[in-house]
Amino acid sequence: MSLHHLNAAARTRPARPGLGRYPRLAGLAAASLVLAACGGGGGGGGGGGDDAAAEGYPEDDITFVVPFSAGGPTDTVTRLVAEPMAEELGGNVVVQNVEGAGGTIAAGQVAAANPDGYTVLMHHIGMSTAPSLYADLPYEPLEDFKTVGLVTEVPMTIVARSDFEPGTMEELVEYVEQNAEDVTLANAGIGAASHLCGLLIQEALGVKLTEVPYEGTGPALQDLVAGEVDLMCDQTTNTTGQIQAGQIKAYAVTTPERVESLPDLPTTEEAGLEALQVGVWHGLYVPAETPDAIVEKLSAALKVALADQNVIDQLAELGAAPSSEEDATPDAHMEQLESQIELWRPIIEEAGVAAN
Amino acid sequence: MDILQNLGLGFETAFTPINLLFAFIGVALGTAVGVLPGIGPTATIAMLLPITFGFEPVTSLIMLAGIYYGAQYGGSTTAILINLPGESSAAVTALDGHQMAKQGRAGPALATAALGSFFAGTVGTLALALFAVPISQAALLFGAPEYFSLVVLGLIASIALASGSVLKALAMIVLGLLLGTVGQDTFSGTPRFTFGLRELYGGLDFVALAVGLFGVAEILRNLEGDITRSVMVQKVKNLWLTKDDFRRIRGPVLRGTGLGTVLGVLPGAGHVLASFVSYSVEKRVSKRPQEFGKGAIEGVAGPESANNAAAQTQFVPLLTLGLPVSPIMALLLGAFIIQGIVPGPNVINEEPALVWGLIASMWIGNLFLVLLNLPLIGLWVKMLTIPYRFLFPAIIAFASIGTFSINRNPFDVYAIAFFGILGYVLIKLGCEPAPLLLGFVLGPLLETYLRRSLIISDGDPTVFVTRPISLVLLLLALGAFVIAVLPTVRKKRDVVFEEED
Repeated sequence: MSLHHLNAAARTRPARPGLGRYPRLAGLAAASLVLAACGGGGGGGGGGGDDAAAEGYPEDDITFVVPFSAGGPTDTVTRLVAEPMAEELGGNVVVQNVEGAGGTIAAGQVAAANPDGYTVLMHHIGMSTAPSLYADLPYEPLEDFKTVGLVTEVPMTIVARSDFEPGTMEELVEYVEQNAEDVTLANAGIGAASHLCGLLIQEALGVKLTEVPYEGTGPALQDLVAGEVDLMCDQTTNTTGQIQAGQIKAYAVTTPERVESLPDLPTTEEAGLEALQVGVWHGLYVPAETPDAIVEKLSAALKVALADQNVIDQLAELGAAPSSEEDATPDAHMEQLESQIELWRPIIEEAGVAAN
Repeated sequence: MDILQNLGLGFETAFTPINLLFAFIGVALGTAVGVLPGIGPTATIAMLLPITFGFEPVTSLIMLAGIYYGAQYGGSTTAILINLPGESSAAVTALDGHQMAKQGRAGPALATAALGSFFAGTVGTLALALFAVPISQAALLFGAPEYFSLVVLGLIASIALASGSVLKALAMIVLGLLLGTVGQDTFSGTPRFTFGLRELYGGLDFVALAVGLFGVAEILRNLEGDITRSVMVQKVKNLWLTKDDFRRIRGPVLRGTGLGTVLGVLPGAGHVLASFVSYSVEKRVSKRPQEFGKGAIEGVAGPESANNAAAQTQFVPLLTLGLPVSPIMALLLGAFIIQGIVPGPNVINEEPALVWGLIASMWIGNLFLVLLNLPLIGLWVKMLTIPYRFLFPAIIAFASIGTFSINRNPFDVYAIAFFGILGYVLIKLGCEPAPLLLGFVLGPLLETYLRRSLIISDGDPTVFVTRPISLVLLLLALGAFVIAVLPTVRKKRDVVFEEED
């Protein structure tokens, strides 16, 4: 743990402001300062309330930690909002990708980082499922973080190989109920959004399908296009192109509203499956001891970023929309996190999946 | 003709000054990160992705792609000079390339790598332009059973990688297979051999493993001797290829290019498999198999051509189907998304200037690479004259920083130290690291494809022989195995493996 801490401490002190736009380089340069930062790195302010700490904030670069690879959906969302947020805050935001163990390494690092507002975590739905998936998390999601606000919710699509028999969502339900064991359901790995959605499908329909895990969305989608597996449920970000080209068949989208990029695709609710609703919701977190005044500043900047026309347009391209002004608040976000942890716990336990 | 029109459009796009400039920046950066040990193209592309947001989509992709295939080029340089493969595929190049350098033939080795890469890159690009769509359809014929059989074939064919005892080579493959199982199991999520260390959930890092086993172990071995003189090179004989060299590399380059073009399309470790298989093939067909592992120029020419051809055809599934077959392609897919282009099979029709511009830029980029690299050979070779007491700390420092920079995980640096010592012990025991690396790369694929095949077939093992492509691959593997063990060919095999006394 001490190493994590050391790391996080070093990261909040970039070597030179000029490197700020190149997160990897900044990290590299900062690495050489590990010792310096360790020796002199006093933490930020203590508990909430001290406006003094927030007054000058930010006077340094703010690091947004993304628990997944650069170029992936979560990374894209982060970079989209980071720019207008930085502008609003009047500082610089550095995006850093810390991959591994379903996002728990990144979350662990941020939980242990200086609570000074310079280390911020962007995490998705995985924040709420990790406590059920991982028995010995190095952090407690509800206690070690303050929530800043919800960012967006990326819809998921239920898709199949192009020659799969059922033609509509209703037919799919019927088919799956009759042939449950013969139906193969692909996912992008344990704990991935596609895995969670797959669990929810099985829960909602009361069936047990044959799950086929892959190491990432790419290979899973390839087998679906090739007709090797039957079904999958994945984010619009990953499936829209293939659906539009007719390489795979789409049955429904799992959000309350239809998505703009796939207007003909009904929602699961329209198909009579109210229980089958899931979106990859994203939110920003800071370490629990971060002063409230700084959290408020970040939250206010998030609201401004989510109203940015460019952000709205780009998210629409991904089939998503920014969270509402009410949802982009610490309270709404905390409520979502609590209810989602409770929602997923029994589903994951019943499915008997555990990462350790 | 359609294809001419498309290529015309491509070159028109690629030949604008701004795109030429960024193709050059891309390949120059790629060469640099390839040369620096540890820092690989994945980290570099991830690092530079954000600054390309403001570019035109085609310019951005031209530069990012240039970094990728440029790094394939540059990776061979350190492999040859200091036995430090910066990329998985360069590990094979290190086998004979570094031996050549030790004999004072670093120049010809580097020139072979550059020329072979250029030829292969050109052919690979051409294949991409002419056959992208049919190749991608063929790739879709490969399901889990076919990949499993292919990996079996690759493993058996590559036993020839060892130049020492067969038994030790097999032991090393098994050790590699075991090391490959470290990490979270894809199918159940169960952590294996992680000893409670969260850093091991993603498995051991390939770069840390290769840098330790090859680079650091080599340094430890060199330090046994007198380090006041340069232990690296006796005397630099010449920088350029002789007529005889040209004659010897012709076949390997052609065969390597063919293998790489085909295998590059496959997901996972296509280009690594291509290098390994090319090396085995060259050793088999060579009239002088005893020279392999001791500085055979064919052992550099074949694998280098193979991995560069594969680097080009890796783009096929991405451009034609919108499917990323490797982490790097997933990053480039991310670049599409960030640019507001929905990746998928429609991209080639909706954005012809983008796709064909990118393809054309690859050929231009390859030309830049050969022009950039040939004059640098003299400079690189000079590097070997640096006294070793200055060189080796620098190598270790660069390798550690580079490896650390990929995941910013201090654990990877410890891994370098661990595998450096392990590598040294293995050298002392007469075991070679190349088969270990092969097992490490192919082992997880073997397991994944086996289990996935059986899950999809509902536990029916006949799936491997009832699917025609899988059956053919298994029969080829059987053939390779029989050739290796049959008593009648025993004599030939002895030469291939060159049993120790």
